[in-house]
Amino acid sequence: MFKRFDQDSRRPVHIVVDGAAVAAREGDTVSAALLASGRDVRRATAVSGAPRLPYCMMGVCFDCLVTIDGIGNRQGCLVPVAEGMQIEIQKGKREIGR
Amino acid sequence: MNVAPKRDSYDVVVIGAGPAGLAAAATAAEADLSTLLLDENAGPGGQVWRAIASTPVTERDRLGSDYWAGAELVRAVRTSGAEIIQRATVWSLDRHLEVGVSIDGASSLVKARRVILATGALERPFPIPGWTLPGVMTAGAAQTMLKSSGLVPDGQTVIAGQGPLLWLLAAQILRLGGRIDRILDTTERRNYFAALPHAFAFMTSPYFAKGLAMMREVRAKVPVVTGVSELSAAGDGRLATVTYAAGSRRETIPAELLLLHQGVVPNVNLAMAAGVEHRWDDLQLCWSPALDHNGSTSVEGIAIAGDGAGIGGAEAALVRGRIAARAAVEALAPAAAATLAPMATFRASLAQAERGRAFLDTLFRPARQFRIPSGDTIVCRCEEVTAKDILDAVAIGATGPNQLKAYRRSGMGPCQGRLCGLTVTELMAQARGKNPQEIGYYRLRAPVKPITLAELAAMPKTEADVQAVVRG
Repeated sequence: MFKRFDQDSRRPVHIVVDGAAVAAREGDTVSAALLASGRDVRRATAVSGAPRLPYCMMGVCFDCLVTIDGIGNRQGCLVPVAEGMQIEIQKGKREIGR
Repeated sequence: MNVAPKRDSYDVVVIGAGPAGLAAAATAAEADLSTLLLDENAGPGGQVWRAIASTPVTERDRLGSDYWAGAELVRAVRTSGAEIIQRATVWSLDRHLEVGVSIDGASSLVKARRVILATGALERPFPIPGWTLPGVMTAGAAQTMLKSSGLVPDGQTVIAGQGPLLWLLAAQILRLGGRIDRILDTTERRNYFAALPHAFAFMTSPYFAKGLAMMREVRAKVPVVTGVSELSAAGDGRLATVTYAAGSRRETIPAELLLLHQGVVPNVNLAMAAGVEHRWDDLQLCWSPALDHNGSTSVEGIAIAGDGAGIGGAEAALVRGRIAARAAVEALAPAAAATLAPMATFRASLAQAERGRAFLDTLFRPARQFRIPSGDTIVCRCEEVTAKDILDAVAIGATGPNQLKAYRRSGMGPCQGRLCGLTVTELMAQARGKNPQEIGYYRLRAPVKPITLAELAAMPKTEADVQAVVRG
């Protein structure tokens, strides 16, 4: 869906998405890194379970909700990636206690 | 790691670090007012100058000179003495000018003598069939990824809609080696005639030559279909096809990515939650705050600058930021105001920056069928409420957006109406034969962005706060 333009020389940042290693770049948001990864990163909505991907990428639509380092319902488009960050694609509602 | 604000009160708190907020904060701080600038993103720039301090796209002609114009203002605000906190989510503002802000998972309250809201714009909802499918995004989303991460579309890509941003995005994608298969232009043909009386002002504005050059650049490389009057997206679990009609032509084309855009509208949530009076703007088809010539709102001490004050574009936003800040300086430190440029200079710049706006507003006024959906098309993305659901609720007595919440929960999901509010107002107005002003909008309340109960509970409390809720 998206590719990195060929002159991107930013430092790699390694994150883990549902247990798999993904190479992001310094300055990526979690959502941008997920969309660039080429993996199936569709979440499922809390209401009907319908698949979704980020829509606005600017903090408005909440379709980028994702579990980051064990905390659910984070807006992936507002959080920059960090080395070793653990990402889980959120399927349905946020679980109690995380 | 981000830290909480250094003080618990400031002369001026500016919310949002786009053109208006940066200009306002720089102006207030240069006049020696204690100034706090809060911004939700990782770096300054807002949307138009997003990632200006960190973009990997450093060759200047790729993003264009209008983008790089922001760098100087970012430098100015960083040396102005203003305290700047990024990744700060403001979730509350009240008429006592108390600002609730969440930074790195912890919330605090700061008091202000003046608040300047520069929360900008968001993209107008584009509720077509299939717009919730994975692979359908806003044009702004693609532009955000392009600016901040150098990401460009590389599968079958369709861009649909209208307005200057659409052409700018297309040009930027092409310059970075991205792929666009088709552009579907939804500008209504009759708008060209309606806009004619404003054409002279537009042709003498800075937008004209730039816009024309960009459209030529894009049209040389991408097939463009004009007069598109129907649009829908379809696919099983993700976008597979886009169907459109233009005149007698109807076509279904394969697509992996559909980028939608039909203009931007003020981001009203924080201002409305603070009690700022808004009115329906019949030309821009959105809610705009009622403001005086300095950007002051109906709430004493709160001003709004930038696109949140009514869409005017980046240049106008910057000047409105300076005007609002100068007014704050005049009120709080009249002697310091003499060190700033005179108000008359700012007003002349504003008039210049607003030239041609009426032409753009009229030409790119979105068509009714793309604002007011029908049938199974989703209106509220969060709660998955369709146009038919809403019309059914109207039929059994829902009178406006607030009643509708009780019937259908529309507007009660995490986005708090940002992506359905305008659609709900116009849909209900049409169904009830009233105008949008009569129908009204959702009543917005803090927290305007979700925060956890744990974060609320962990906020510092005074003895009086505790006593207020203790029983017995």
